[in-house]
Amino acid sequence: MSTPLSRIRNFSIVAHIDHGKSTLADRLIQMTGTVQDRDMKEQLLDAMDIERERGITIKANTVRIDYVAKDGEAYVLNLIDTPGHVDFAYEVSRSMRAVEGSLLVVDATQGVEAQTLANVYTAIDADHEIVPVLNKIDLPAAEPDRVREQIEDVIGIEAHDAVEISAKTGLGIPDVLEAIVTRLPAPKSGDPDAALVAMLVDSWYDPYLGVVVLVRIMDGTLKKGDQIKMMQTGAKYGVDRLGVFRPAMQDVKTLGPGEIGFFTASIKQVRDTKVGDTITHEKKGTDTPLPGFKPSVPVVFCGLFPVDTSDFEDLRDAIEKLALNDASFSYEMETSAALGFGFRCGFLGLLHLEVIRDRIEREYNIELITTAPSVIYHVYMKDGEMIELHNPADMPDMSKVDHLEEPRIKATILVPDEYLGDVLKLCQDRRGIQLDLTYAGPRAMVVYDLPLNEVVFDFYDRLKSVTKGYASFDYQMTEYREDALVKMQILVNDEPVDALSIMVHRDRAETRGRAMCEKLKDLIPRHMFKIPIQAAIGGKVIARETLSALRKDVTAKCYGGDASRKKKLLEKQKAGKKKMRQFGKVDIPQEAFISALKMDS
Amino acid sequence: MTVEDWQYGGFGLYVHWPFCEAKCPYCDFNSHVTRQVDHGAWAEALVAELDRVADLSPGRVLRSIFFGGGTPSLMAVETVSAIIEQACKRWRPANDIEITLEANPRSVEADKFRGFRDAGVNRVSLGIQSLHDDDLKRLGRLHSASEARAAFDVARSVFDRVSFDLIYARQGQTLEAWRTELRDALSMAADHLSLYQLTIEPGTAFWERAERGGLRGLPDEDLAADMYELTQELTDIAGMPAYEVSNHAVPGAESRHNLIYWMGGDYAGIGPGAHGRLTLSGQCHVTEGWLSPARWLTEAQSGSGDRVFQPINIQDRVGELIMMGLRINDGLDMDRFDRMIPGLLNSVAVHDLVDEGFLMVDNNRLKATARGRLVLNSVVARLLPDD
Repeated sequence: MSTPLSRIRNFSIVAHIDHGKSTLADRLIQMTGTVQDRDMKEQLLDAMDIERERGITIKANTVRIDYVAKDGEAYVLNLIDTPGHVDFAYEVSRSMRAVEGSLLVVDATQGVEAQTLANVYTAIDADHEIVPVLNKIDLPAAEPDRVREQIEDVIGIEAHDAVEISAKTGLGIPDVLEAIVTRLPAPKSGDPDAALVAMLVDSWYDPYLGVVVLVRIMDGTLKKGDQIKMMQTGAKYGVDRLGVFRPAMQDVKTLGPGEIGFFTASIKQVRDTKVGDTITHEKKGTDTPLPGFKPSVPVVFCGLFPVDTSDFEDLRDAIEKLALNDASFSYEMETSAALGFGFRCGFLGLLHLEVIRDRIEREYNIELITTAPSVIYHVYMKDGEMIELHNPADMPDMSKVDHLEEPRIKATILVPDEYLGDVLKLCQDRRGIQLDLTYAGPRAMVVYDLPLNEVVFDFYDRLKSVTKGYASFDYQMTEYREDALVKMQILVNDEPVDALSIMVHRDRAETRGRAMCEKLKDLIPRHMFKIPIQAAIGGKVIARETLSALRKDVTAKCYGGDASRKKKLLEKQKAGKKKMRQFGKVDIPQEAFISALKMDS
Repeated sequence: MTVEDWQYGGFGLYVHWPFCEAKCPYCDFNSHVTRQVDHGAWAEALVAELDRVADLSPGRVLRSIFFGGGTPSLMAVETVSAIIEQACKRWRPANDIEITLEANPRSVEADKFRGFRDAGVNRVSLGIQSLHDDDLKRLGRLHSASEARAAFDVARSVFDRVSFDLIYARQGQTLEAWRTELRDALSMAADHLSLYQLTIEPGTAFWERAERGGLRGLPDEDLAADMYELTQELTDIAGMPAYEVSNHAVPGAESRHNLIYWMGGDYAGIGPGAHGRLTLSGQCHVTEGWLSPARWLTEAQSGSGDRVFQPINIQDRVGELIMMGLRINDGLDMDRFDRMIPGLLNSVAVHDLVDEGFLMVDNNRLKATARGRLVLNSVVARLLPDD
């Protein structure tokens, strides 16, 4: 028997990293007795090591909480813990569509951050009712009044009745539970007897169960054994198991309108499920899918190569396994003259890239060389054809190219005003166009139109460093726009090194080229001969450095007692060279491929 | 009777005295600071070890004895005397046998010079290290520059042959400062000088300091190269050209003992951590004494102080001969290598290095050029046989 709509509350929590989202979720679970105290572990919902370490959520998680409210009624509260990062903006928007309200958690000692803004707007777009919650109220540095004001000024929502809590101590948690029941709406409508309309919120691979699909039932009823159909892919499955998360899996017989739960259906790969897809019954199903489905599209590309070329097959295995569980991650084999065999991989953003790279290195123990991240350029040829360029190495001959377009973003940065100048300089240096500058208390909110390619590499690192970590940053893709972009090659000892090719704006090519040549001069060890390092566009050299020849490398003392040890050192020296990548006669250390691209100023 | 390979270099004896009064921050040698040394027991053990090795290598001509350390000038004269006497009994001393002892340039030790001479020592090598007091302090030396000069004068009046060591490319040292100091050193030198660039070796106090970023002002590669080149220039003018990377002598006054190492001869090594090379029935062996003085003493007293005594494979042996041989002016005898691994010195690597100006062939000997010597580690790394 399904729960009546009036006693269901579905909600998500919107918060910046470290503002206490996971701790609050833990407290709600704990205080309602959903999980016994002895089974509690920190941050129940973030299951992956990387999620726990970085304090981020990558996959949507969910928990069903039973709560008897002050009105005496038993309610079912479904919390969907959404990914908080901009890379997963589409996933966030889908999760938001699956619930009716949000708790906006703001650290009362910090205030609103850029990431909170983006997610809260997504929640507003999804017509959410929003309950502001001020966390860390017990800390001496808490400024609830100022933060309330800031929420009203910056976000534009009512905050005078924000719930004051300390997720850490448990203070105010009962008030949060009451606010969920009294202030968030029940699911709007839904007929248990109508044709099934369920949204695929997320899916993941479980080694014991296969693919697990998280769904929100909009209309109709889903039962164990039902034959279902995915409307986007057209694939048909039989539901093997149906259940809810508390947060451990618990089987149920049916899921009705307004409910959130999971099913398994002998689906082999996560790839076969699309976030945002509409699920219906195979027979007597609906004809109208839910609006807003978008296939997820990678926007940042880079090459992943094994440091040890003999690890290639292991890398292929690792990438294939990860791809099974992550439909947004794309890959194809790539051969580089410099780096040998590897993969060109596409990601939703830089965080996604880092997460995948970390998982390959950690879970599969493969050391990787990551080449310069690149965005997708649209190359318009003179014959009218448009080519999507994922890899600067594949750039066609300029004489056949009419023009190039690059993706632009709208970036929102919140920063204490003492760092404003540095942030503006950084944005200007990255070819940014200022769109807006406003103040919210002592902090400035800067909105810039920036080329994505200037952001994908080290923008966030630079931003953190110039603002000592006090800035927060978020972005959305906006459009493709034409600009004077060229491919810059790097030649080491007169040999082009494809892995170091980048796309760059013509006006910045010389500066970038000079910076890269200088960096490489420091990164490449001296050899027994002098090595020219050049940056070139087409055939034209735009920057040049010369790495002078090794001048001194000799052991001062070497007598009878030193022979064995010193010889071992020379053998090590010889073996060390083998670990580097050889370009003609030049050995380039692997860290050079990434470090050369970092811009310091 | 056919010539054995070790005879290209001859045969010498190395004796290691592991004790010092204080450990220097740059030194990575096997040295220990102990209050009490039982000189009688040590003399007995060293002589017993000498006998053990002599039993394995009977009838050889002994070209040299070298007392190294540690600080061998802290040895009792009786110990030095007993070892020399036994060595000359067990082997056949060459007519011009060279017997060197390393000494600290201090008055207490200078007082013992006559005793060492009477025991048979005919050459001393003084660890002067610097002619500047402040640098000596930084290098952790216990002597002053004036004390060193005085000890040097005593040594010259007592021994036929005297050498001394200097360490350069020190913290904060300029090219001009080194020029002045080296000129000074050359004006006082007798016929032999060892000039070492300061090297920060793992396991030393300097290394730890450098790791913590506390060792500032060390010359960069270019300044170090300039200093090395200046050193060659000034020693050439003074008539004491380099005959090895860091060793300079008036022609004829080279260290015969050290040449055994560089020419790939055999040497008996006795004492804690002492290394030896001994060819037995045509097979070269590596020997290595126990590092800890206490352990070594116990082991030596019960039969053998060697922790390692094993044959060396041909690849390792050849690599070592190349590494050592290219350090000296004479270079490598190409016929000798042809006998060991035919065609080895006819490789692409050798040809490339000759073409690039790092090596040269002269009279069927392969030698490092002046440029090659400065980057000898890189040169040798390219020549080492693949495993």
